[in-house]
Amino acid sequence: MKNKFSLFIIITFLSFCFVIFYKGLNTTTNYTPKIDEKKIIPIFKAKDFNSNNYINSDKIFEKDIFYIVNIWASWCVPCRVEHPLLMQLSKNQSIKLIGLNYKDNFNNAKKFINEFGNPYSRILIDKDGTLGIEFGAYGVPETFLIDKNKNIIKKFIGPISQEIINEIKLIIK
Amino acid sequence: MLANYIGYYSLILGLLISVLLCGISIRNFNNNKQLNQNIISLSFLQLVFVIVSFLSLIISFTSSDFSNETVFNNSHTTKPLFYKISGTWGNHEGSLLLWLLVLTLFIFLFLIKSREQPKKYRILTLLFQQIIIIGFFLFVLITSNPFNYLFPIPNEGLGLNPILQDPALAIHPPILYLGYVGTSIIFSSSLAAVTQNYVSKKWGQHIKKWVLVSWIFLTIGIMLGSIWAYYELGWGGFWFWDPVENVSLMPWLTLTALLHCIVVLERTAKLTSWVVILSIATFTLSMCGTFLVRSGILNSVHTFANDPARGIFILIFLFALIVLSLGIFFIFNKENNKSSNNFFWLSRETSILINNWFMMYFLSVVLIGTVYPIFLDVISSEKISVGPPFYQKLIVPFLIPFLLFMSLGPRLKWIKSKIENKKSIIITFIISVILTFFIIKNLTTNLLFYTVLISAAFFLFFTTLKELFIKKFNNISQTISHFGFSLLILSILFNSILSSEIITNIKVGEKYNYDKGEIFFKKIEKKKESNFNSIIASFEIKNKKGKIIELKPEIRIYNQPVIITSEADIKTTLLEDKFLVMNLVKGNEYFNIRYQIKPFMVWIWISVFLLSLGGLMSLLKRKI
Repeated sequence: MKNKFSLFIIITFLSFCFVIFYKGLNTTTNYTPKIDEKKIIPIFKAKDFNSNNYINSDKIFEKDIFYIVNIWASWCVPCRVEHPLLMQLSKNQSIKLIGLNYKDNFNNAKKFINEFGNPYSRILIDKDGTLGIEFGAYGVPETFLIDKNKNIIKKFIGPISQEIINEIKLIIK
Repeated sequence: MLANYIGYYSLILGLLISVLLCGISIRNFNNNKQLNQNIISLSFLQLVFVIVSFLSLIISFTSSDFSNETVFNNSHTTKPLFYKISGTWGNHEGSLLLWLLVLTLFIFLFLIKSREQPKKYRILTLLFQQIIIIGFFLFVLITSNPFNYLFPIPNEGLGLNPILQDPALAIHPPILYLGYVGTSIIFSSSLAAVTQNYVSKKWGQHIKKWVLVSWIFLTIGIMLGSIWAYYELGWGGFWFWDPVENVSLMPWLTLTALLHCIVVLERTAKLTSWVVILSIATFTLSMCGTFLVRSGILNSVHTFANDPARGIFILIFLFALIVLSLGIFFIFNKENNKSSNNFFWLSRETSILINNWFMMYFLSVVLIGTVYPIFLDVISSEKISVGPPFYQKLIVPFLIPFLLFMSLGPRLKWIKSKIENKKSIIITFIISVILTFFIIKNLTTNLLFYTVLISAAFFLFFTTLKELFIKKFNNISQTISHFGFSLLILSILFNSILSSEIITNIKVGEKYNYDKGEIFFKKIEKKKESNFNSIIASFEIKNKKGKIIELKPEIRIYNQPVIITSEADIKTTLLEDKFLVMNLVKGNEYFNIRYQIKPFMVWIWISVFLLSLGGLMSLLKRKI
């Protein structure tokens, strides 16, 4: 009796495993992170890169214009890759780029900007990385698109590509 | 062309022989007293057919015959000959052919090596093994035929994935498969033994050889994969808890548990049911591994093929085997009278049981970590990734009692024992603790935890070392293996505590200073090989004492398929590895370099080698 009971349990368990694996075969294995879209930008206070003064977030983001918040660092290799694209995007009048200098050395960051150009209308210093976390960043580089109502509407993890630039241009039109 | 046909028809002939063998063995089962000699000849013939088929695939590869789909997908005329050959098993179809080769090879060897065993038991083992073989023949022929014909014949192949173009990886699959598939013999023969009620001391002695062979190959195979990951993947790690690595570790854990239980079985005829369950589990886990790797259900470096039809076939086959084996186990397994499974609390048997509990614990951690994400994804479509912290947190603390039991267990006697030489044990233990304390005093933040952990490892280290030199060499194979294990744990721990790394961007002619020295980027050279172009950089690294070493990492741009890989340059000494790898920074003269100092790296490989050497000695000892 006891034997039959354990046999029953094992068979049930095995059938369960079988069904799971069977279903698992047909689901995709690609990982897509969930993105918190339509989130209002956090309220924060940060040090300005050039003036070294603290400014409030409501002073940074004005209404009726699109913003890009780009998290970057001079030590970050993919940032160098996406930088020319940011330069290209900065020529667009209907969008402003805010750089978030993430866990960086000031001199290195300055050298980086001098060498590759400055696409940002304003650079904020995020020395300890807390600001990035408030935005919900996973790492560098990361780019957030903010709409006219100060909502984060898109988030791009990793270096941006020409396709992403096109997508952004389509949204802000 | 011709090789294609020969290969394909040999496979079909091999399958027919399987059917024939089943028929003959069933008739032979009740008729004669003797094992029909035709069975052995047929089994040999089957092996020959599979070898012919395998050779034809190799010939197709070496002659770059692109009318063969497998060759077209995985080779290229510019590949060096060595990688054309190793490309044979570096793909799904070829590796399954290798599975078949090992399956048929092992059953043939089993038949000629088991002459003194009962006839019915041998026939049943053959039958169970043939069921597996038929399953794989069908799998190869139906879903993954290595001899698919392409017309019109392409001029050029698609090439072999560059990260697989590596000497270690050329021998890693065959060795690992010998271990993996070797467990099939253990599976078949334990099922045969259960039906014949033959799970006894004699059977234990006989099957132990096979357990050892599989265990040795599996250990070395895992190590080779790990060595490859260390210098080819360029992250400087040697174990990533990748699902596919886990999948090879799981049968290793059950096999190790089985190896210890077999010792109990051959001495005392106890633990019979448990041995059978472990045998079934080991092979099931190997099959499960094949399923997880080959079906593409997991996302990993090893999943090349992503064909659900293959997945469904292996899945059904896997569950059929599980149901069959459990059915046989439940119907035929006769419980020994209960009293015989009672052990005196302080005895060698108890210590082996404790070893088993730990093995089962480690197994469940790895199993859950590997399979749970799949379950969660299917049930709640939530995707999670289980990373190294999960395994480390759950496994590392339990190594402490495991190591302690491992030091004390082998000192106990069979059946009933008491602890002897209490004084020397305590002295060894105190020495280990003090030594550990002084070594790691300045190194880590979590002093208490690491002191206890490393002391336990040192305790095992000294205990086994003492056994090696002082005691009579009565159980030298076991002592060497255990010594190897303590060395492994010590090397891994010190390696992870003492490793340091520097990541920076640097261009030619630049110097980078860090707290312990200076990195100088001397020059770059370009080189051309038949299958890749490479950029070789030379770096001079000066340490504090002014000693200069030169490292030459390489970036390879493979032509077919076009993939850029980074080849690390590693200077290995007995004390530490210096590991330098570089990456291109796009559109820039800068290179991103990662310089790592990894202490005791070579000892990790040496200790795994010692671990398997112990197994090998145990195997050879039995033959003499």
